[in-house]
Amino acid sequence: MNPVPLPVTHNLLPLFVAIPLGSAFIVSLLGKRVKGFSDTFSNLATFSLFSISLLSLLLVKHSGTVVYKVGGWIPPIGICMVLDSLTSFMLVTINLIAFLVTIYSIGYMERYTAKWKFYTLFLLMLAGMNGVIVTGDMFNLFVFLEIASISSYALVAFGVEHEELEASFKYMVMGIMASLFILLGIAFLYSLTSTLNMADMSRALAKIGDNQTAFFVAALFLMGFGLKAALVPFHAWLPDAHPSAPAPISAMLSGVLIKALGVYALARIFFNVLGITATSSSIFMVLGTISMVLGGLLALGQEDIKRLFAYSSISQIGYVVFAIGIGTPLGILAGLFHLFNHAIFKSLLFLNSGSIEYATGTRDLRKMGGLTSKMPVTGYSSLVGSMSISGIPPLSGFWSKLLIILAAIEAKHFIFAAIAVLVSILTLAYYLKVQRLAFFGELKGSLKGIKEAPLTMKLSMIALSIICLLGGLLLIPGIQKNFLSLATEVLVNGTNYAQIILGSIK
Amino acid sequence: MCLILFSIGIYCILVKRNLIKIIIGIGIAEYAVNLFFILVGYRAQGRAPILAEKEIVQNMVDPLPQALILTAIVIGLAVTVLIVSIAIRIYEKYGTFDITKIRRLRG
Repeated sequence: MNPVPLPVTHNLLPLFVAIPLGSAFIVSLLGKRVKGFSDTFSNLATFSLFSISLLSLLLVKHSGTVVYKVGGWIPPIGICMVLDSLTSFMLVTINLIAFLVTIYSIGYMERYTAKWKFYTLFLLMLAGMNGVIVTGDMFNLFVFLEIASISSYALVAFGVEHEELEASFKYMVMGIMASLFILLGIAFLYSLTSTLNMADMSRALAKIGDNQTAFFVAALFLMGFGLKAALVPFHAWLPDAHPSAPAPISAMLSGVLIKALGVYALARIFFNVLGITATSSSIFMVLGTISMVLGGLLALGQEDIKRLFAYSSISQIGYVVFAIGIGTPLGILAGLFHLFNHAIFKSLLFLNSGSIEYATGTRDLRKMGGLTSKMPVTGYSSLVGSMSISGIPPLSGFWSKLLIILAAIEAKHFIFAAIAVLVSILTLAYYLKVQRLAFFGELKGSLKGIKEAPLTMKLSMIALSIICLLGGLLLIPGIQKNFLSLATEVLVNGTNYAQIILGSIK
Repeated sequence: MCLILFSIGIYCILVKRNLIKIIIGIGIAEYAVNLFFILVGYRAQGRAPILAEKEIVQNMVDPLPQALILTAIVIGLAVTVLIVSIAIRIYEKYGTFDITKIRRLRG
């Protein structure tokens, strides 16, 4: 490895966990006493996280995979944190959304009393997610996963009303089941390989070869992380939990949490640790397709705007898992690209629904109408988001869906490709429904007095819709090479991961 | 043994109607997993893995799962506290622990 001439070194890595954890602590200490402190401080924290995640992108490009040894212990004995291009890709996505969402919450969270509690939980969740992404250790992954999940359980119940509590209880029971399956899977893996380091584990597994236990472990992980990712047989909690949370949190949950905890962990473990096989790849594809179709069909029938978005999340996650399941480089590239795009436009849409709720006090589509005339920013940004998610050409969603379908055709999965096209039309149908009922048409009499959302909320909605508009640019060869393709390579290389990680330990 | 406990726990979660019984089921399933993890590190006639001077300890039990389970137990505690407090809030709002009567969300 060449020496790093950049001012930043691998010491950057622990900051992704340390900054949000530390600021959560400080916010909880001082937020109650100093007025306005929690706003400024949390925004500062997420902004710095976003900037160092961009920095990490540069770092990976410059010096390849970086391994940080926690406490100076050499892996596989100690815990290590790994920064490769997939990690930095996910980090940029998460921290970008987190930053914009915290800006949004300045205005939105005025409705709730304990703002500092919200920020504390929010930062803890962020710490957990970043931790899941950077860690290179199996048990560590479980711990961070629990940090993120526990704070999200609490955030779903943040409103402390009937629906919120019920949704949170459901979510908790499902979440705990998922964690138990994951822990059981880790126990089996540990008994099989006597190590917890992911790279070492993958090496040991390759030595043992194919056996029953590994297969059982794969099934356990698929159940556990599938529950977290809300793939269809395990999706029941999502449409309750996501709408019940405050809007910024719905944006975080739907935009990044299910991806960081579910899809990323699935991809990392199946591709890099267990090694992808034909069986698991086809299981991914089938689950993905079922999620796509069912999520879309259920979304069509919803009257509650946030519930509709939640079902649409299931459908879009189906796209991502399906594309990654194809397993060809193009498929994985398309999957990751769609993951990024979905994070952007789904958070945008949830923030839109938040400002509608803020202004009108309702989430029922039938009670809305003609909102664009009163709330131009919300109206137009949601138009951009809806068009993007349903795949209208110049917007980002079109490119990623096109790529997914192309990848499916390339891999000779014609039936799946046809289903993907059909679901895309279905998506267009239910987003047109949202647009028609909420934003166009006549303004209802009861809504005459509504105002546009405050400045901070507008700001982050505008920023997200600009990213939506420009998202297609990521495919321009120069940018694509540095951002998406590198991340794809990590998954394509599969179990070579072990050599790369263990090789970079000096 | 673990399998039996785990099944009992899962059964409780799936079948019982009472919130508190579901929580107890979660607890049982959790302990089953913890117990299994400890058993992974167990050896027949194993000794505590403490290195002492002049004495070469042979046949140690694996200390790593014990450390891990300690963490898992703490996490389990946090989860249980949160879920119990939410159950209490639910009782305040709905006046019942019966999940068949707590049904505001549909679809």
